[in-house]
Amino acid sequence: MNQDIQSFTISIYTENNIGLLNRISAIFQRRHINIESLTTSQSEIDGVNRFVIVVNICEEQALKIVKQIEKQVETIRAFYHTEDQTIFTESSMFKIKSDLLFNEPQIQNLIKESNARIVTVNPEFFVLEKSGRRVEIEALRKELSVYGIMQFVRSGRIAVTKEEMRITEMLQAQAFNNKY
Amino acid sequence: MKDTQTIEKQQGKTQETMRVTGSEAIIHCLLAEGVDTLYGYPGGAIMPVYDELYKFQHKIHHVLTRHEQGAAHAAQGYARISGKVGVAMATSGPGATNLITGIADAQIDSTPLVCITGQVFSHLLGSDAFQETDIVGISTPVTKWNCQVTKASQIPEALAKAFYIAKSGRPGPVLVDVTKDAQLEEFDFEYEKCTKVRSYNPVPETDTTGVKAAAELINAAKKPMIVWGQGVILGKAEEELKAVIEKAGIPSAWTILGASAIPTSHPLNIGMVGMHGNYAPNKLTNECDVLIAIGMRFDDRVTGNLKTYAKQAKVIHFEIDPAEIDKNVKTDVAVLGNSKDSLAQLLPLLNEATHESWLQEFKDLYAIEFEKVIKEDLTPSKEGLTMGEVIKQINIETKGNAAIVSDVGQHQMIACRYADFNITKSNITSGGLGTMGFALPAAIGAKMAAPDREVVAIIGDGGFQMNIQELGTIFQQEIAVKIVVLNNEFLGMVRQWQQLFFDKRYASTEMTNPNFIAIAEGYYIKARKVVKREELEDAVKEMIASKESYFLEVCVEKEGNVFPMIPTGASVSDVRLS
Ligand SMILES: Cc1ncc(C[n+]2csc(CCOP(=O)(O)OP(=O)(O)O)c2C)c(N)n1
Repeated sequence: MNQDIQSFTISIYTENNIGLLNRISAIFQRRHINIESLTTSQSEIDGVNRFVIVVNICEEQALKIVKQIEKQVETIRAFYHTEDQTIFTESSMFKIKSDLLFNEPQIQNLIKESNARIVTVNPEFFVLEKSGRRVEIEALRKELSVYGIMQFVRSGRIAVTKEEMRITEMLQAQAFNNKY
Repeated sequence: MKDTQTIEKQQGKTQETMRVTGSEAIIHCLLAEGVDTLYGYPGGAIMPVYDELYKFQHKIHHVLTRHEQGAAHAAQGYARISGKVGVAMATSGPGATNLITGIADAQIDSTPLVCITGQVFSHLLGSDAFQETDIVGISTPVTKWNCQVTKASQIPEALAKAFYIAKSGRPGPVLVDVTKDAQLEEFDFEYEKCTKVRSYNPVPETDTTGVKAAAELINAAKKPMIVWGQGVILGKAEEELKAVIEKAGIPSAWTILGASAIPTSHPLNIGMVGMHGNYAPNKLTNECDVLIAIGMRFDDRVTGNLKTYAKQAKVIHFEIDPAEIDKNVKTDVAVLGNSKDSLAQLLPLLNEATHESWLQEFKDLYAIEFEKVIKEDLTPSKEGLTMGEVIKQINIETKGNAAIVSDVGQHQMIACRYADFNITKSNITSGGLGTMGFALPAAIGAKMAAPDREVVAIIGDGGFQMNIQELGTIFQQEIAVKIVVLNNEFLGMVRQWQQLFFDKRYASTEMTNPNFIAIAEGYYIKARKVVKREELEDAVKEMIASKESYFLEVCVEKEGNVFPMIPTGASVSDVRLS
């Protein structure tokens, strides 16, 4: 197994549960693994949540972590994927003074070139939304910072896998397998 | 109080509901799960449930321990000897936090436990109310599952799930925290046992290709060795294991929690592995060609240095918990599944075999261990009494039929090494957490779950004082448990390490002890102290003959050491005899 540290995307399908975030983050904390980003949302199945967690670890660790996560009662399934096995993106927002939009023609160009989108404009400020790879967002932030950014935020990574996730089938199979 | 007959009638029918408070519902849930004994301690936030326990005392026996830690350990002892779920109850705040050590112990030793804690009113949650503590948050890393209930109507489902999760698959402790308003609220009670949770797959289907591959490796092996763990006992696979061992003629060793699954006297039982395990199985772990691990988890106390652990061997791992596969030791063949099913499938695929010369290697090393360690432990030539001779005397008087509940330290290692076990589930000890203070309360639970069995607690003078208050429970409940304190006036195991690795700097390990006999007698427990070898036999006889609880203090040599020993970080093959 590859021992190199690399970026892994861990996808976790779970029941909606208040305490689960705590349980899952404790698994990383105990092993001193830094969570680069964590997002949780509704998944493709009603009532099933999906966590997307990005960590820099080696594959052996990723495998062990995923098993520990799957062991939690309310985890349906957990997977790990390398960057090439996923399609991923991050989202960011920039709040900038409105006069810059009219007085600095360069800003208009930046917006166009970077595929950013203006979410709102009012007399005081405007808000840009930009999603994409981290490098693209970072490049835009560097360029805009010359003019002054009032606020900047970036979300964690969200990712879908190239591989199929047969969670619905799994849920049915699992219900079938349950025996005690 | 409701007329119990109507309740009984109503219980049979799940369709019919009855209007009860949350706290009464808790009692009905416990009864529906077959609970007749639980351990706990009352307090403000759980008082409504205690009020119901009072009304239902003819059906459910609540044992008041003298500390909530004692309640948790007693529930563990109850579960470990019976295979049933142990139940502990406590109030919010300090009551709940006092359970934590027992819960953590149950988590690492896979003991099925349901803990019910009271919690402040739900409108006070998060307000730092009196005796409010985030017990769900605190217990999360040491429970298999936990939840908080803030409405009475959530109680039946939460408890049904709790019992199911605690006992299914790889067992473990669960905690259900119930706010006081949920206990007081009335609702229409209905109970349905839980039989599945869709996100939870407790028992992976036995992997037949794995079983075949395992059988091929075993059939081709010249020097196979089994190491079994508690998974055999939890999976009720003792008979299957015995059949496998006998058919394939495989020398078989056990981890501390696996002890007693196969009788000590079985000719293929080659003893304990691990830090203070037997010489032969430790040394030959690094000689075998196929290592078959069954329901064990390659704890570091078992493996010593992983870099030099069984590197020459093909490793087969029979295991119920997928997270244990390749966690510490890389396997060549992993067989997921419940040990009973997996071993039953393995048996017909095995060739009949004997491995006489290989078995002889174990016997030869045993002879060395006997000469260098065992002889002097069991039949000492020195003046001071040894822990080993006390265990030997207990073996003689109980004929190996007792359940031995040991605490943590030297006496534990000696008890596990030398106790004779004829019956499964007879070695009750804190393995993974090594919790001093475990034995006295655990023995209470064990004796109550198995009143017909002889239950002997073996405890150090240090550990005894960690939950000594439970003598009060033994007295009040008239529990005929036998308590043996092996008094060396030291925290012996730590002192041994100080002697071996810290140049005999005995930092805070010497103890000036109280008059234990007076303390036991203060609780009206029959007590006797043995100082001389000549008194030992008679005292142990008297203890075992006693129909009531009995306290025996044996003053043993102060600076005895436990060997064999694998020093921390050393290889299993570097196991030392002195
Ligand atoms: C709660 C707890 N605290 C500390 C320890 C560390 N520890 C392990 S063995 C031991 C000494 C036990 O002494 P004693 O109970 O007298 O038994 P002995 O080793 O002398 O047989 C200690 C302090 C522990 N295992 N558990």
